[in-house]
Amino acid sequence: MRRTGLVSSLFTLVIALSFGSVAHGAEAGKQNVILSTTTSTQDSGLLDELVPLFEKQGGYSVKTISVGTGQALALGAKGDADVVLVHAPSLEKKYVADGKLRNRRLVMYNDFVIIGPKDDPAKIRSIKSATAALQAIAGAKANFVSRGDKSGTHTLERALWKKAGIEPKGSWYIEAGQGMGATLGIANERNAYTISDRGTYLAFKKRVSLPIWLEGDRALLNIYSVLEVNPTNGPRVNSAGGKAFADFMVAPEAQKVIRTFGEKKFGQPLFVPVAGKKEDELGA
Amino acid sequence: MELLWQGSVKALELIFGFDAEVWSITWLSIKISGCATLVSLLVGVPLGIVLALARFRGRWFIVSVVNTGMGLAPVVVGLFVSIFLWRSGPLGFLELIYSPFAMVIAQVIIAFPIVAGLTMASFQSLDPKLSLQLLGIGASKPQLLWLLCKEARLPLLAAVMAGFGGVISEVGASMMVGGNIRGETRVLTTATVLETGKGNFDIAIALSLILLALTFAINFLLTRAQQREQHRWPKPS
Repeated sequence: MRRTGLVSSLFTLVIALSFGSVAHGAEAGKQNVILSTTTSTQDSGLLDELVPLFEKQGGYSVKTISVGTGQALALGAKGDADVVLVHAPSLEKKYVADGKLRNRRLVMYNDFVIIGPKDDPAKIRSIKSATAALQAIAGAKANFVSRGDKSGTHTLERALWKKAGIEPKGSWYIEAGQGMGATLGIANERNAYTISDRGTYLAFKKRVSLPIWLEGDRALLNIYSVLEVNPTNGPRVNSAGGKAFADFMVAPEAQKVIRTFGEKKFGQPLFVPVAGKKEDELGA
Repeated sequence: MELLWQGSVKALELIFGFDAEVWSITWLSIKISGCATLVSLLVGVPLGIVLALARFRGRWFIVSVVNTGMGLAPVVVGLFVSIFLWRSGPLGFLELIYSPFAMVIAQVIIAFPIVAGLTMASFQSLDPKLSLQLLGIGASKPQLLWLLCKEARLPLLAAVMAGFGGVISEVGASMMVGGNIRGETRVLTTATVLETGKGNFDIAIALSLILLALTFAINFLLTRAQQREQHRWPKPS
């Protein structure tokens, strides 16, 4: 009995102590900014460098929520986030046109690559255009893994299929419904083609034996923009905080970090900073 | 196999190198799930006792609800708690979404039916004659309750273990309502999902091993308390 009493009172003590500290939560006095962004920016580790820099400038504490681009935009549109960092230009423009998001500014870009089985069953290695490559893949009914999660990458893939004039379906078209990392894993196991952003591909290169068969097409540019949430979307939008973070992302300090980010780990930078430029000035 | 080895080595490095981030993630997991377990006990134990001992209309209905709740899918809890706590939701004014507090709320909803269900079962397993005997020797109602609790304490410890085990290993709800924010709401399970997504499988394995070790340690302590107790009972001759 005594033993049970001791253990359970210890247990209670630990829990009671922890109660206090959980209730405190983040540093008090700082205003929260909710940033909704895509898994790719989070998974690359870039935000782990940028967010502390922004927080050091004072005033705000950032809550980074990384979800698919579709959900990230929706959170902003409902007023559940203050600022959005995503990579689906066509979708973004729709939200801006609807007045839900505003002041869309380019932050950086990298590119998507089409990877596939070593033996290249759809023979895309000599093809230069992404749409032509997809046509070849569909024509050969070669396995293709789609993100299938309404992410920025998925949005780009859908746009490419549309341009190619193909409605992909059949047993060769596999919808993963997961993040890029998991999708790369599935493509690798099924020996399939897929479209990946270069950053995630580099991060998974050791475990994925699918080479890059197509890169450099302008249609494969992966452009990240920052958008502010319209304060009329909800009663508690922190629009000053959202604007402060958006301003920070396009300011020289953050752009400088972006320029070299990834060099240490991957031997090449993952993103090209492009604040202040227009979309048609980008790329090759 | 090579990966498992790498992961195990990495785990040892992180644990015994006292990696600050890993330790703070681990500590946060213990705090959040510990709080949630405590609240679940405060709510679940009385509910379980009432359901076991009292007889009233609609009892069967509540028992069925509790039993369903014991298998409640964490992502479903996560979704509904999110909908309520989002700024655009009915409780948005509390500004609780993406905080450890929100995670405690979700975990309590997951854990308290487990605690209530097991408490109910443990009280029902007591000999019904026991309460009659206790009342017979002049115990008052509060005394009766206290004595019954003492009798049922071993299965009650099982309820604590099941509740804690259920929430500390849960990922869906924590991810949705907590947001996996570094330094604030990132716990062992959500960090494991993140590191897997990043392709850092060795760190993911390390975090999983820490989670396993943690749940083992806590269950070991509680089980030891429970089983020692068991041995004190006179052996049946």
